Amino acid sequence: MSVSYKVGTVKSKQSPNVNTQPKAPVVKGVKTTGKKKDEEEGIDTADGEEWMQGKTLVKPPDQLDLTEEELKEEITRVLTANNPNAPQNVVRYSFKEGCYKTIVFVDQMAIHFELEGNLVHKESDEGRRLMAKHTEREDCGGDERLENVPIKPGKREQKVTNQFNFIDRASQTLNNLPREISCQTEPPPRANFSATANQWEIYDFYVEELQRREKSKEKQESQFPNKEEDRSKKKMIQAEAQSDDISQLAKPAKIIERMVNQNIFDEVAQDFMYFEDAADEFRGEKGTLLPLWKFQYDKAKGLSVTALCWNHIYSDLFAVGLGSYEFTQQERGMLLFYTLKNPSFPEFIFNTDSGVMCVDIHEQLSYLVAVGLYDGCVSVYDLRKKSDQPMYNSIASSGKHTGAVWQVKWQKDDLDSNHNFFSVSTDGRVVSWTLVKHEIVFTDIIKLPPVDKVPDDLKNVVATAGTSLDFHKQKDHHFLVGTEAGKIHKGSKYYSSKFLEMYDAHFMTVSCVRWNPFHPNVFISCGWDWMVKIWDHTINSPVFTFELKSSVTDVAWSPYSSTVFAAVTADGKVHVFDLSINKYEALCQQKVVSKKTRLLHIEFNPVHPIIIVGDDRGRVISLKLSPNLRKKPKEKKGQELPKGPEVEIAKMEQLLSSLR
Amino acid sequence: MAEVEDTLKRIQAQHGVIGTIVVNGEGIPIRTTLDNSTSVQYAGLLHQLTMKARSAVRDIDPQNELTFLRIRSKKHEIMVAPDKEYLLIAIQNPSE
Repeated sequence: MSVSYKVGTVKSKQSPNVNTQPKAPVVKGVKTTGKKKDEEEGIDTADGEEWMQGKTLVKPPDQLDLTEEELKEEITRVLTANNPNAPQNVVRYSFKEGCYKTIVFVDQMAIHFELEGNLVHKESDEGRRLMAKHTEREDCGGDERLENVPIKPGKREQKVTNQFNFIDRASQTLNNLPREISCQTEPPPRANFSATANQWEIYDFYVEELQRREKSKEKQESQFPNKEEDRSKKKMIQAEAQSDDISQLAKPAKIIERMVNQNIFDEVAQDFMYFEDAADEFRGEKGTLLPLWKFQYDKAKGLSVTALCWNHIYSDLFAVGLGSYEFTQQERGMLLFYTLKNPSFPEFIFNTDSGVMCVDIHEQLSYLVAVGLYDGCVSVYDLRKKSDQPMYNSIASSGKHTGAVWQVKWQKDDLDSNHNFFSVSTDGRVVSWTLVKHEIVFTDIIKLPPVDKVPDDLKNVVATAGTSLDFHKQKDHHFLVGTEAGKIHKGSKYYSSKFLEMYDAHFMTVSCVRWNPFHPNVFISCGWDWMVKIWDHTINSPVFTFELKSSVTDVAWSPYSSTVFAAVTADGKVHVFDLSINKYEALCQQKVVSKKTRLLHIEFNPVHPIIIVGDDRGRVISLKLSPNLRKKPKEKKGQELPKGPEVEIAKMEQLLSSLR
Repeated sequence: MAEVEDTLKRIQAQHGVIGTIVVNGEGIPIRTTLDNSTSVQYAGLLHQLTMKARSAVRDIDPQNELTFLRIRSKKHEIMVAPDKEYLLIAIQNPSE
């Protein structure tokens, strides 16, 4: 055999037998590679032989150096199936022979690999056991499994069949018992807040802020007295907050009352504002009076209206004085203030001990009201105060009148800017009262001259009762006094001893005397002798005389025309005259009250075309003047109508001059 | 206080007035001459309306203020007079 070997391809293989000697590896290698070489020879024979032959022999470094003889020696090699690792000299003690003996047959089996399978023979005990178990289990389940059981009893447990023999290993650890722990805290306090931000809210806030700042400034300036005030204020505030208090509803209540009244008297209000009697065109000169509201207070039923006075600043407010003209029926009196906006209830009510005979409201300070009473007292009320008591009272004063006060009139403030007013009464004195701080001081101005009829020796005792008093509109110092005897005296504030003039006016008591608001020379008077007379103060006899069929209780000039005036008589009629239209007759003679009611007073409203008349039942009736009664002089075509007091004066002057 | 009471009585006694209600700042009627359910209804509705009206008036001019509110319907007239905190409502039948 050709021994050829590959270089470096000495492989150690596991072969059943290796009884080798140093050369054996080479031989073995050759043997084993011989097979391979045979295989490879087919592929590249030509190259391999040449390659092989080309190489020189290489000696491994650890090869034994043997002699040639040793090299030629033949060695036999035997291939056996013995386990090289099995022991060859096992000796056992034999008890039979009593000596050690070598065992010839040794187990030569070498186990290279062992794997325990899980196939169980179905006839074996375990197989039968498993089958029994399986059938028990599958009795509950389906039949398919039963079939599968004898086939693969062991593989039932193995679910995953993959080439890797995947084994699912699981272990269960002890689970801790779950516990819930929770904690609840108190929620933070919540409040719902909603607000609107409008322009007015911002404005309000600024206004409040300003007020607060001002207050704090004031407090800084005066600290001590304020502490006490604050304490008392705090107490008051607490008390108010506790009660469910509606006293602040005074204003809204008033408004509602007026609104309700307006609804009730809606037609009247409409008439008052807008109604102009169209029938006046057909009546020629005549006019009518349209009744509007009636003012009545049930507690005043027994009293007569003794005085009426409009407020100049609030032209819907007027004062009514209530008392009695009967000497025998003197009880009490009242002072009421009504407004056209609320005809059902008076705005202000003042009770007095004795009858009110006259009322006058100050022209500029319309909260000051002077009242003259039947018992001779004069009082001044302040409407701003809520009390029933007058601000000033002359009861205790020494200069008190000894008789009923028939007229009071406010004057302009004197040089010390104290308010003052005049009064005239039955005791014949004209007295000026001045309000000095908390007192009322009287000044006798003049005493009325005694009547001729009185015998001389009694002249100092029997006084001439003055019944009416009026001051000139422009020349403030001139005044007129009407007396019970029927005479009218013209006096002046500067002359305290004597009167300037005396006019024989009426046969009976002069009930009213008034200066014309426009013409400086003219005044009017009326008396119980059924007469109304118009005078020029420079002339001793009346310019005009009118006879009304009953005693005239009051007369008034109109504020819009110098020739219009109205008179009321005891038979319940109102007579309205316009001298520029008709010098002899009244334009309107209208009965406004029922029988047996006497009309006692009349007043024109300074602004609106209405008049109020008071009767002896405590009622006040308002009437609207129809257009005919309010006529202004007709303008000529193309000419502008001049307005103002000059026109009125001129009108009157024209009249007067026509008579002279 | 007594004045206000008197005035309220007078209003109620006037001709044609069906009822009066005083409402406080929260819209709850504190004094009324009508029955409870009607009062509560009126109070609630009119309170809101008054607030709205007041807001409108003041928005136009912050220095202005709502004085009163009148709602005239076919059957009657509702009049509301607001105050800083309170509200006074009167219901009247004006045609009588």
